[in-house]
Amino acid sequence: MKPPPFSYTQAKSVEDALAALAVEGDDCKILAGGQSLIPMMNLRLTYPTRLLDINGLTMLDYIQGENGELRIGGLSRHSTLKGSALVARHFPLMTSAYDYVAHKPVRNRGTIGGNLSHADPSSEMPSVMLAGDAVMVASSERGERQIKAANFFLGILETALEPDELLVEIRLPAWPEGQGWSFLEVSPRKGDFAMVGVAACLGLKDGVCETVRLAYCGVGDRAQRVAEAEQALLGEKADEALFQKAGEIAGRTIDPQSNFHADAEYRRDLATTLTRRALIEAHGRAA
Amino acid sequence: MQSITINLTVNGKSYEKSVEPRRLASDFLREDLGLTGTHVGCEHGICGCCNILLDDKTARSCLLLAVQLDGANVRTVESLGTIDNMHSLQEAFWATHGLQCGFCTPGMLMSATELLENNASPDRVEIRAAISNNLCRCTGYETIVDAVESAVSEIQEGAK
Repeated sequence: MKPPPFSYTQAKSVEDALAALAVEGDDCKILAGGQSLIPMMNLRLTYPTRLLDINGLTMLDYIQGENGELRIGGLSRHSTLKGSALVARHFPLMTSAYDYVAHKPVRNRGTIGGNLSHADPSSEMPSVMLAGDAVMVASSERGERQIKAANFFLGILETALEPDELLVEIRLPAWPEGQGWSFLEVSPRKGDFAMVGVAACLGLKDGVCETVRLAYCGVGDRAQRVAEAEQALLGEKADEALFQKAGEIAGRTIDPQSNFHADAEYRRDLATTLTRRALIEAHGRAA
Repeated sequence: MQSITINLTVNGKSYEKSVEPRRLASDFLREDLGLTGTHVGCEHGICGCCNILLDDKTARSCLLLAVQLDGANVRTVESLGTIDNMHSLQEAFWATHGLQCGFCTPGMLMSATELLENNASPDRVEIRAAISNNLCRCTGYETIVDAVESAVSEIQEGAK
C-alpha cells in the first residue's frame, strides 16, 4: 500500500513541463491533483518510473469567460469550479454535475485537467464535456492542438493525448440562450463513481426539440453520447412520452458491462429512467 | 535513492526534513514527525481517517507525497487541543458519544474543522455533507452529527 520508487521533478513553468514530456513522455506520469494516480500507485496498479509534478503551474489554474465562451485552465481544482459563479452562468451543466463528484477533500485537490486526462469511464466530467461540446487544448513542444471532446475519450483510461502532450485548457462554446440542462446519476453511495450518469442539454423551438445532446458515464469503456436517442428527439414535440421513448432507446443502445456494483441489465434500466428524468428536468429549465 | 529537502509548517512549528519522493504525507507526519494523531486507514483515499488541513483545506494525506508539502502550512488533529484543554469539537465528541473506537475520529474532526471555519452555523444537512467523506464503522453517524451540532451551539454560546 505504498507507491513503488520513482524519480520526482517539479515543473516550474509550462515550457519546463513540455520539455520534460518531450524527452521522457513515455516513462513519465504527470502528477496533478493525484486523486486517481496516487491511489493507483499505492495499490501498485501502476508503476511510473518518473513523476512530473505540475502543481506549481498556478498559471494553469484559471476560469475565464469571454464573449460567452468559457475557458478553464487544466489545473483548476474541482472545489473552485464547483463554487464558481462564472461556471454557473456559462456552463450550468457542470455546476449541476458537481453535486455528484467525489467529496470535499478530493475536490480540494483534484483538477479538471487530471480528471479528463485520466478518462475513467465512470467519472462524471467526461460526459459533461461531451454534452457541453467542449474542446480540449493539448500543448506540447510540437505546438498546440485542439481536440473535440467527441474525439478525446478513446477507452478505459485512454485519451487522444500523446505522451508528450499536456491538457492545458478546456474551452466551452457559448451556452445557447434558453438551453435547458440536467445531470443525474445513481451511484452506490453519494460521492462515489457513477453506476450510470447522464448529462443532458436540450434546446427548444416552439415546443419542439431543436438541439439535443445526451452523454453518459458508467455505461461502457468511455463516456459516450448516444446518437440514436438524440435522433429520436430531434424535430419532435417535447413531452414525457417522447422522453420515455428516448430513454428506452438509450437503454437498448448502450452496451454496459456487469461488475460488482451493478449488472448490465440494471445499468440499462438506470439509463432509461435517468434519461427520462433528465430530459424532464432539462425541459423544465429550457425556455 | 533520491532525497529531497522540504521546509514546511506543521501545527505552527517549522520543520526542515529530507524525504524520499515516494514517502506519503501520512507516513511522513506519523513516522518522521511523530504526529500519530493522523490515522491511516485505507491508503487509497476512501476512508478519510488521514484527513489533514493543507493551507486551510482538507486533503487526504495518503494521497499526497511528503515532497508536495514543501512550503505548505499543515494542520493535523494535534493542532486542535490537548487532553487537558480540548477543542470545543473534541469536547463535544466526548460528551455526545461521537466516538467509540476512535479510529475515524481525527479525520472527522478535521472535516468538521474545515466546515466550521467556512460556515459558523451549519445545519444537520450541511454537517452530514461535510462528514460524508469520512467512513465510520462502529460509532454510527448520528452521534457524530450530534457532536458537531452541539459544538456549533457551544461555540455560539461562548461568543455571546
